[in-house]
Amino acid sequence: MIEFRDVDFSIEGNPILMGVSFRVPRGKTTVILGPSGSGKSTILRLLLGLYQPDRGSIFFDGEDLTRVTAARLREIRSRMGMVFQQGALFDSMTVGENVGYALLEANGDEERDVEGTVRQFIELVGLEPELVDRMPDQLSGGMQRRVAIARALAARDPIVLLYDEPTTGLDPQSGERITDLIVHLRDSMGKTAIMVTHDIADAFKVADSVTVLEKGRVAFDGTSAQLAHAQSPFINEFLAPFRKAILAAQQQFQMAPGSPAPPAASSPEGGRA
Amino acid sequence: MLVMIAIVERFRRLVETVQDYTLFTIETLRCCVGRPFYGREMMHQLHFALIGSLAIVLISAVVAGQALAIQLARELSNSGAKSQLGHFMVISVVRALGPVLTGMVVASRMSAGITAELGAMRSSDQIDALVAFGTDPIRRLVVPRTIALLIALPILTVLGDALAVIGGGFVGMQYHLSWESYWIGALQFLTPKNVMVGMLKPFFFAILIVTTACWKGFRSEGGAKGVGVATTESVVIASVGILVTDVICTRVLFRILGW
Repeated sequence: MIEFRDVDFSIEGNPILMGVSFRVPRGKTTVILGPSGSGKSTILRLLLGLYQPDRGSIFFDGEDLTRVTAARLREIRSRMGMVFQQGALFDSMTVGENVGYALLEANGDEERDVEGTVRQFIELVGLEPELVDRMPDQLSGGMQRRVAIARALAARDPIVLLYDEPTTGLDPQSGERITDLIVHLRDSMGKTAIMVTHDIADAFKVADSVTVLEKGRVAFDGTSAQLAHAQSPFINEFLAPFRKAILAAQQQFQMAPGSPAPPAASSPEGGRA
Repeated sequence: MLVMIAIVERFRRLVETVQDYTLFTIETLRCCVGRPFYGREMMHQLHFALIGSLAIVLISAVVAGQALAIQLARELSNSGAKSQLGHFMVISVVRALGPVLTGMVVASRMSAGITAELGAMRSSDQIDALVAFGTDPIRRLVVPRTIALLIALPILTVLGDALAVIGGGFVGMQYHLSWESYWIGALQFLTPKNVMVGMLKPFFFAILIVTTACWKGFRSEGGAKGVGVATTESVVIASVGILVTDVICTRVLFRILGW
């Protein structure tokens, strides 16, 4: 479905990604995990075509995104729904206009035609449909993130969802609701997804597979169960605060290799934020 | 040797910056024709540019027109040519002072607002979100502002010019120049050529103000501090750019008109 093959990327001569390769099978959720500054979010921007790699190939359904025309890239992009790090809601638009943006923009639908669809997606992410007329700054951080997910889902029924640090900056309860929603969308709609996070608990809760980045290089690529037993010095150091909790959770749920483990602990930074 | 490398590096960056701004401006002008066209956004921006700038432009025009008229009336009275006040006011205001003054006032207001807004959108990923949803941010954000200011700035210039010239008439009366004499001189020099020289400039100023402000907003980085720096730079570039553009326009137009 999605494949990064030996991708290098730099900004003004500073290497951000070096030889990054991984695959995301159709219908599965891959978590890109790593400390801040390891190049995680860059992967999503490369996939959206917001950046061009210096070297390597990025495949989407067999098509190399580094070789397609701008028009074709726009078409491919329309099959992806992106949830940006802070939601990136358009602050001059209401919640309803944000959620219906892609429908109004791409399909040229009238506002009254998309009203029902907008309400449907707002309800799907667990919000009250009455919020459609509110402005984004009148919502809490967690609600904004839910609206961002609704906007991504409403975008011409995407086959791939991209989440960039969806729980960052949220209180634990709000973060929990967002990850529950991501799991629900994965299980109920079967969409392919990539989630970027530095939160190990979120990763274990959501992931079918995990790719760990260390300073722009892939330090691990496998299932979450394999990650729990990985022994490289970096992985050991990265997982150290959670090792005991992860193993306890594995024993408790007798987790089979390849299956995602339940969330076991908070992030190494002492919380979700 | 190190100094040479530093100079070459600076020159290279300058060339890259100018190239980037030029390509941004060309892309903006190219996108001004064709679809999609965001009419509602354009109307919103037109309201912001025209109605929002009206008071400040008119106040500036009245004050600057009065100051200019006082200076001229005094000198012309001393040399016994105060009947020429209308003539000098029209030449000074319509050809030069009016467009530049209006451009500077609008630039200081619009550049800061546009750069801050787009810079905030850039730092909160809203511009990337537009791209992700298949929207061309230049068509969505820059073109409506450009067309709005292309409409608003000439109108504001005409209104500012009118108020400055009318104000000159009142100053003339204080120097015992009759209202009729003032207007005979003024209207005699309110020729199509003079009006054209003054009215072409706002179109260039409008493009300069919007493209500079939007370009700075789009390229801003580094959060709130970066947006602040970009805002300051856009106001400075637009203000200095208006003065430079005024000189270039004047020279070119004078050559074309054979003056």
